Amino acid sequence: MGLLSDTAALLGKEVRTEFRSRELLSTTIVFVLIVVVLFSFTFDPTTNESHRFGPGLLWLAFLFAASLMLQPCFLREQVNDTLSALRLAVSDPFAIFLAKIGANTLFLLMTELLMLPVFAALFNVSFRGQLWRILLTFFLGSLGISVAGTALAAISAQARMRELLLPLLLLPLLAPILVASTEVTVSLMAPEPFMQWKGIGFLTLFDVVF
Amino acid sequence: MASPAEPSIGLRFEKVDKRYGAVYALRNLTLAIAPGECVALAGRNGSGKTTLLRIASCLTRPTRGTLSFSGATENQNPIAGFVAHATMVYDELTAEENLSFFAKLLGVANRKQRVDGLLQEVGLGDRKDSLVRTFSRGMRQRVAIARALLANPTLLLFDEPATGLDPEATLWLTGHLAKLRDSGCTILMSLHGESAIARLATRAVRLDTGSVVADTRSGRDISIRIFPSRADEWACFPTPRRC
Repeated sequence: MGLLSDTAALLGKEVRTEFRSRELLSTTIVFVLIVVVLFSFTFDPTTNESHRFGPGLLWLAFLFAASLMLQPCFLREQVNDTLSALRLAVSDPFAIFLAKIGANTLFLLMTELLMLPVFAALFNVSFRGQLWRILLTFFLGSLGISVAGTALAAISAQARMRELLLPLLLLPLLAPILVASTEVTVSLMAPEPFMQWKGIGFLTLFDVVF
Repeated sequence: MASPAEPSIGLRFEKVDKRYGAVYALRNLTLAIAPGECVALAGRNGSGKTTLLRIASCLTRPTRGTLSFSGATENQNPIAGFVAHATMVYDELTAEENLSFFAKLLGVANRKQRVDGLLQEVGLGDRKDSLVRTFSRGMRQRVAIARALLANPTLLLFDEPATGLDPEATLWLTGHLAKLRDSGCTILMSLHGESAIARLATRAVRLDTGSVVADTRSGRDISIRIFPSRADEWACFPTPRRC
């Protein structure tokens, strides 16, 4: 088996186990929902304020949700030592990492897409005509979070203080992607929306470099 | 079904140390296992049996020393079937999905047929669509054994393989291991006490504090030196106080 076919098999397994247990998706969806609702009721923003602060709050919620999602992605391979079985079975261990990145990106993207209408309703913003641009931004942002986050999750899974270590390492590293994603989303939520290609370029560069 | 796909291979541990912090799991261990040997590893808890098996499977690197393979796959990792303490299968997948998934990764030919055949052999044919999390410890162990046998491995590493198995499954495992041993597969298994599986061994090695303290090919010696009587085995523990 080659790298790509191994990755595809592993990704299929990740999706199947997640849809059976709904461990990661339910945690992150509930978390983001609570954060978005709390922000909405605490700040009670006007439309202008929603355009200015909404994207920042949204990406902050996504980032915290991602840190919740990334923590168990390698830990649950330790329960029955399935990571050892995978290492014995795959021709290239990089396939395990690639599949985890793919799965984390997919699950994060699903959370974001489910939360988008809730956010639009609570913060009174419209994405009409901007949907594919928003999707592109969400995809690049989620990929960046997953690429860096999965690597750190793999490292911290073996550490003793892993619950503390992952957010400590993750949050500073992901600050640039948070800033770029927020800026692009702000421009797409503006009264006269436009695509900030510079931000998209930065997100793409971040994804490729990491 | 019992014959390995490739010619069997041998292992050579050369002055191997494995340290976890300040504790030595293996200390200056040298052991050569010829292709086709069936070796029983004995020793108390913490004597280094599991560490030795994990190094043999290339899942753990020795702190010092080397492990080399001889035979058809010289200087390459062999196709190792490993049954460890943990079952190494996914609770959220069914028995069939688990085996199909690992068979796909291992590039097993005639996957469906092989998976169905193995599930029948381990006695889980009628439970193949049940999630592993609904299985008892013994049933999980059967799935683990089936997973290890999927690719007709040239090297089998078993860490207390009969854990949780009922007499019927133990009998099946003993028979299957005997077939594999006779077909030339190299087998290294850690065991506690004498059993039908232990009697399959053509050689037995006893470890103590990470070093080989006895190594024999004689059937009588295997009983006396490698698997001493229960009283001897437990002599090091204090006698519990009577209530």
